[in-house]
Amino acid sequence: MTSYPPPGDALPADVDDEVLAQIALSRDEYERACEMLGRAPTDVELGMIGALWSEHCGYKHSRPLFHHFPTEDERILTNLGEENAGAIDIGDGWVAVMKIESHNHPSAIEPYEGAATGVGGIVRDIFAMGAQPIALLDSLRFGPLEDRRNRRLCTGVVAGIGGYGNCLGIPTVGGELVVGESYSGNPLVNAMCLGIAPHGSLISATAGPPGTQLMIVGADTGRDGLHGATFASVELDEASAERRPAVQVGNPFLEKSLMDACVGLVRDHRDWLEGLQDCGAAGITSSTVEMAERARSGIRIQTRHVPRRESGMTPYEVMLSESQERMIAAVKPEHVADVEAWFEHWGLHAEVIGEVTDDGIARVFDGEAEVAAAPVSVMTSPPAYTPQAERDSDARARADWDPGSLLDLDPADANDVLLRLLASPNIASKRWVYRQYDHMVGTNTVVTPGSDAAVLRIRGLRQGLAVCTDGPGRAVELDPYAGAARAVAEAARNVACTGARPVAVTDCLNFANPERAAIYFQLSESIRGMANACRAFGTPVVSGNASLYNESEDGPVTPTPVVGMLGIISDVTRAVRMAFRDDGDEIWLLGSGFEQRVSSLGGSEYLSVIQGREAGPVEIDLEAEAALIDALVEASEAGLLKSAHDCSDGGLAVAISESAIAGDIGVEVEIDAISRLDAALFGEAGARAVVSAEPGTDLSLIGTRIGVVRGDRIQLGPIDLPLDEASDAWESALPRLLD
Amino acid sequence: MRFAVLVFPGTWSDWDCVHALEDLGQTAERVWHRETALDSYDGVILPGGFSYGDHLRCGAIARFSPVMSALERFAASGKPVFGSCNGFQILCEAGLLPGVLQRNASMQFRCQPQRLSVERSDTGFTNTCESGQIVQLPVSHGEGQYFAPSEVLDELEDAGRVLFRYHGNNPNGSLRDIAGIMNPMGNVLGMMPHPERASDELLGGTDGNYIWRSIIEHWG
Repeated sequence: MTSYPPPGDALPADVDDEVLAQIALSRDEYERACEMLGRAPTDVELGMIGALWSEHCGYKHSRPLFHHFPTEDERILTNLGEENAGAIDIGDGWVAVMKIESHNHPSAIEPYEGAATGVGGIVRDIFAMGAQPIALLDSLRFGPLEDRRNRRLCTGVVAGIGGYGNCLGIPTVGGELVVGESYSGNPLVNAMCLGIAPHGSLISATAGPPGTQLMIVGADTGRDGLHGATFASVELDEASAERRPAVQVGNPFLEKSLMDACVGLVRDHRDWLEGLQDCGAAGITSSTVEMAERARSGIRIQTRHVPRRESGMTPYEVMLSESQERMIAAVKPEHVADVEAWFEHWGLHAEVIGEVTDDGIARVFDGEAEVAAAPVSVMTSPPAYTPQAERDSDARARADWDPGSLLDLDPADANDVLLRLLASPNIASKRWVYRQYDHMVGTNTVVTPGSDAAVLRIRGLRQGLAVCTDGPGRAVELDPYAGAARAVAEAARNVACTGARPVAVTDCLNFANPERAAIYFQLSESIRGMANACRAFGTPVVSGNASLYNESEDGPVTPTPVVGMLGIISDVTRAVRMAFRDDGDEIWLLGSGFEQRVSSLGGSEYLSVIQGREAGPVEIDLEAEAALIDALVEASEAGLLKSAHDCSDGGLAVAISESAIAGDIGVEVEIDAISRLDAALFGEAGARAVVSAEPGTDLSLIGTRIGVVRGDRIQLGPIDLPLDEASDAWESALPRLLD
Repeated sequence: MRFAVLVFPGTWSDWDCVHALEDLGQTAERVWHRETALDSYDGVILPGGFSYGDHLRCGAIARFSPVMSALERFAASGKPVFGSCNGFQILCEAGLLPGVLQRNASMQFRCQPQRLSVERSDTGFTNTCESGQIVQLPVSHGEGQYFAPSEVLDELEDAGRVLFRYHGNNPNGSLRDIAGIMNPMGNVLGMMPHPERASDELLGGTDGNYIWRSIIEHWG
């Protein structure tokens, strides 16, 4: 770590490739840094620049694409990327705050702690704004669960999310678990958090005017997580296991105290503070430098004042440690003692480690010695790249394949096909997962996990919030534009099924190495697809995270943009669930009817599980999707719907079966003459939902009446199965694989 | 009635208990664990959570909190003390109730609705129930497997101090399906399930109100 030229050299002298590799900085980027500084950086500066310019912190490949996203409307209170999370006005003096973030690489190496600290990080993003976290969601991707290693990752990640989240007293109310071959070496673990706060009470992550005191509070700083931001920005390989020190260890009890203390501090004594920020990736470096950037100021940090849990730490290690459960408070000088006493009540120690200056320079001291003095503007100006984009020829060929070249489903096989689909991990009940998460604490979870979206009430308000995540990776791989638009559409449909109007999106972009043309094509087209879908639904993107370089020796992961959707339901007591309810209720199919083109099988679970093909066209009709959302919201506001469930993975047959299983009641649905049985039952044409209503309710303006809730069998065209058999296939699939 | 809802670092069902009691027209105040007087209250609730992060053992550190000696005096005075989840664990660690709560037999956290049988209706905590009634309350814990030596279990059974048993399925492997027990004086109840999560029709059930109403009926 000592081979750097001394500061002041006009030209970059030799720097070891190994040193640059450790911080994932290219030689070009190193030279850019030298040029901007007018000299070679010191080793602390180089470490700080490396972290801040990493893909994880600097969004080098994704930032130039963000302008596609719609980011504003009258509800949105924050500018994309400027705060720790996005804030949405939900009416009656309240705001919702939300963000989703990845913790993929740490979870690949150390599933329990990787997933646990992923939860910890996203929760801090929410309470750093002064909001009370009220719900967590987790979007997970693993390789096939028949493989022992994937099972270990899955059980470890789920235990880690529960182990951390349950301890915080924040309900984990939703998410996804999807299995696919490409995730074997590189699972995806995305955590989303939703918080609420009274309007006007949020606090910014700014440093404030010169003289403001910077205090660190929470955990002592150790060597854990060194180079975590860098680790998140390179592909996984054989040596990755040696990166285990880059994985942090979580202490949820400390986080709980820190959360209660910070939320209370902002609520009761916001006037003591200029800003509040969490120490996430790149630790004290990114938190303080980014705060200074927002305040257009400089900072001075004294590393000797940072409380440590290990002896002999260098200033470099102190500045780049990613120890968890730490916050930086920018405190008015006259209130330093007050803030100290406030945290003391919670058994937490707050210590002044620096102050805000007016020279625009980030200065780091080790006692008397100045070990870094670089302009904040340099540290926060990573390069931006727009590489060549080219569609992968194999993906194109697979997308061009015509599902009509397959023989239609033999009606005699329909029962068996439905049972196999219900037992597919991507469709099967996720109870095995969510029963390990406390999803009820806070006594606000009106619709619990297992329906299309979770619904939360806010005490004292008539309206409620609906939230879900969706990320149909297989469709994105076949057609990044349409697939990513479908991710937004499915998420919007899911919240609309509860009766909520979709209002805002947070997204996590999980892609492989964007320096390759095929991957950059996936990334850029996905962003375009998501952006257009968000425009069609009036759901701006308020926050998000890009996780690139998701590759292992087995190759790149399936491109997986995950959409977290927030909806507002006008009367929370009217929230609609997935389950059919009463004998005699009539079943309606909203959107297009039974007759579906064979192309709707493209990218479907049916093709994957039954035909062993991940191919075919991916279609999206944004107008039809928007019309369906309107229909669902209006019908449920009028009190017409007794259940609603969207048609997605597994198509109509699976949607009807899931509503029947959840309601523990059978169905009788007849199917008229149709051209393709496989497409009618298992095609995944969008813009459709299965709802039920009191007999006599007329929904003919928005759908077709297809049958009735009755008995204890699933009777659907050629399908005729005892409900118990379907239920057992659906419920027992994950326990059978994972217990 | 005026209830104290004890809050230790890591407690998280405190607000849920406050809301459930307030919704029934009672007064409920959150009381920080450093308080040393509880005399002004008519009842004390020990809510769920992970006091001190379950470090060492669930409830093992909370029992040394300053408020605990006041709690012991309060319990000795005959006024009602109710602990659920981590509150039950703390009552056991503090010796106010016998036995211990171990890791669930599944070795996994369990959060789910749970049916319970009410074993007796002639107590301060169950007088609004029928004996043998089945109620549904959520469970949410990783360490709820009730364990005690068989002579202690026999003593509990003989004295009619087992108030709730898991019905239909046992979510944690508790011995003799025990879900909630009472002290000999009949004024301290500990149970793993969460009545405060079943106190609102909007959340799918109000069976928890049987317990709150019984307390109010008997001591109010």
